[in-house]
Amino acid sequence: MGTAAETREAADAARSGKGRAGRVRSMALRWDTAVGVLLVAVIVVGLGSTDGFGSAENLAFAFNDIVEVAVIALPMTLLVVAGQVDLSVASMLGLGSALTGALWNAGWAFETIVPVVLLAGVAGGLLNGWLVTRVGLPSLAVTIGTLALYRGLASVALGSDAVTDFPDTYARWTVDTTTVPGTFLTYPVLLFAVLAVITAVVLHATGFGRSLFAIGSQEKAAYFAGIRVKRIKLLLFVVTGLFASFTGVLFTLRYGSARADNGLGFEMLVIASVLLGGIDFDGGKGTLFGAVAGVLLIGVLKNLLTLNDVANEVQVIVTGLLLVASVLTPRVIAAVVGRRHRRAAGTPS
Amino acid sequence: MMLRTAATAATAAAAVSLALALAACSGTTKDSVGKDSVKSGATAKADPDAPLKKGLKLAFLPKQINNPYEKIVDDAGIAAALEYGGTGKEVGPSDAGASSQVSYINTLIQQRQDAILVAANDPNAVCGPLKQAMKKGIKVVAYDSDTAKDCRQLFINQASSEQIGRSLVQHLGEQIGHKGKIAILSATQNATNQNTWIGFMQDELKLPKYKDMKLVKVAYGDDADQKSFQQTQGLMQAYPDLKGIISPTTVGIAAAARYLSDSSYKGKVVLNGLGTPNQMRKYVKDGTVGQFSLWNPEELGHLGSYAAAALASGQITGAQGEKFKAGRLGEYTVGKDGEVILGEPTVFDRRNIDKFDF
Repeated sequence: MGTAAETREAADAARSGKGRAGRVRSMALRWDTAVGVLLVAVIVVGLGSTDGFGSAENLAFAFNDIVEVAVIALPMTLLVVAGQVDLSVASMLGLGSALTGALWNAGWAFETIVPVVLLAGVAGGLLNGWLVTRVGLPSLAVTIGTLALYRGLASVALGSDAVTDFPDTYARWTVDTTTVPGTFLTYPVLLFAVLAVITAVVLHATGFGRSLFAIGSQEKAAYFAGIRVKRIKLLLFVVTGLFASFTGVLFTLRYGSARADNGLGFEMLVIASVLLGGIDFDGGKGTLFGAVAGVLLIGVLKNLLTLNDVANEVQVIVTGLLLVASVLTPRVIAAVVGRRHRRAAGTPS
Repeated sequence: MMLRTAATAATAAAAVSLALALAACSGTTKDSVGKDSVKSGATAKADPDAPLKKGLKLAFLPKQINNPYEKIVDDAGIAAALEYGGTGKEVGPSDAGASSQVSYINTLIQQRQDAILVAANDPNAVCGPLKQAMKKGIKVVAYDSDTAKDCRQLFINQASSEQIGRSLVQHLGEQIGHKGKIAILSATQNATNQNTWIGFMQDELKLPKYKDMKLVKVAYGDDADQKSFQQTQGLMQAYPDLKGIISPTTVGIAAAARYLSDSSYKGKVVLNGLGTPNQMRKYVKDGTVGQFSLWNPEELGHLGSYAAAALASGQITGAQGEKFKAGRLGEYTVGKDGEVILGEPTVFDRRNIDKFDF
């Protein structure tokens, strides 16, 4: 409700004189709805066709397996809506993991390590945000740099070692064999669900959320409308860094292995999920529902294809095609709809 | 605005320090966590006379697919499975990341395979799911690269470190008549396996029959082609009367061979070590290299396949001292910590090199 995209589509619908029916149709045509439908379809097909897919333990595993990507995708959605991107998230995950391992080896208490790692995430986010908002560099360039920087720091912190003996007191709450009783929901997935609801409310039901759409659509206009553009962007980068470093701890506990190369390449999975969910890379458009559906679709599809022994290369191709479709389809629809409008209005196309 | 940010940051910092101070008083540290050493499997009784079951389903999970070396291991293992009426398949990630094997293990559990053979990218990251597999009665065999000991029933070791180290010195000694200066071209200075092998080489050299052989230098080529090449060049400049070089790394031996083949030392300096036939074929044929060794990856796969079948058929449980038959390779005995050692490395030379393609 109240997203710029919806408003625009509603206006289009009103202009074409179709009213409520037009609005319903444009909802159905929206990419994020389509991804949601696709997700449900994939699950239904999986349940019908693949032995073992629907078992509680497989579902617990499949969703838990993508939980770090999903958690990072939440603040990433806000960033992309505001026209920014952060490619350093997976490196921050690695840094969080490496720090956890190095401090654990040094004999620190786990309860002390977690706040320190989170603080490192905040610091990393501040650096990204400061370079973007105060120095005025594009976020793509800045975070390609910090992608290398944070991964490098992770290697400095832990070298090529792997630290493994983490306390089961915490680890058992992260693994897919511990679920909320009677369900296939693991605790990390439950946490993700809570965070997703909060993020959805922030993005779609608050003034702050609207200001993100404003910044993403027309940064200058947002600035002159009194929105504190730089402050908000800085905050978004800090939150992203915080979430990313948190997933570093989560990943470490889940796999029982702290390494500097943990989560290598996850930034691409996060971006892919957000893109697949229909968040426009030009900023100003998209819904959190789309991003969540996107990340779940990638996770479920991977699980289903692996269960059917589909080779990894083919899986990558499928994901790639989906991504291209997710960027292309809304644009094709917009072009077709636009032409029809112009024809209806009698203007030469 | 700046002021307010600063104030917020200060508050946050204060809160965190407070949390730190609180947490520092008591907490879960490395020392307070006891090691859980629940030995898995091994509860069932082994029946050495049990026949191999028909229709066993085996899955090979290499470090990454499309790794030519592991493809040979896995293909040989799958071929062996057909010999005893089973089936095998190879699945795996396209990157050798620490965690990427995990989702495949989960999948294999859902598919109810009889045995999983895994070359672990990370000895611990795969542990949780492998234990889950064993709990469900799936047998787990590690090969090539071991997991933590309690996460598998057997580890098929390609060759013992001692055998590798000693046999390389023995072979080179015979080639140079146990006389002259020798050098070692290793990978990185702190590579565990390299240093273990070099330790056994130095130990072997202490024996009386090597009294006229002298190890003058251990050079490090960092497993980089160019650096290994330069290090070989450096060795020959520093010790022009060098008689032999041992390079226990496939990168090192190939680079050294390339340098020697174009230099005046070709044929005068004996190069031995661990290499792959495809990389070394040219240098064996042009006379630069007389022989080199490597364990035979096909035999590794064959042994792993039979070991997994023996486990799944109840012939063995993974306890020390149990014996099983590995097809054409004959009988093997399970050693300490569930280790089965393949045997001596294969020696490749002009006569047999064309039989191998890897």
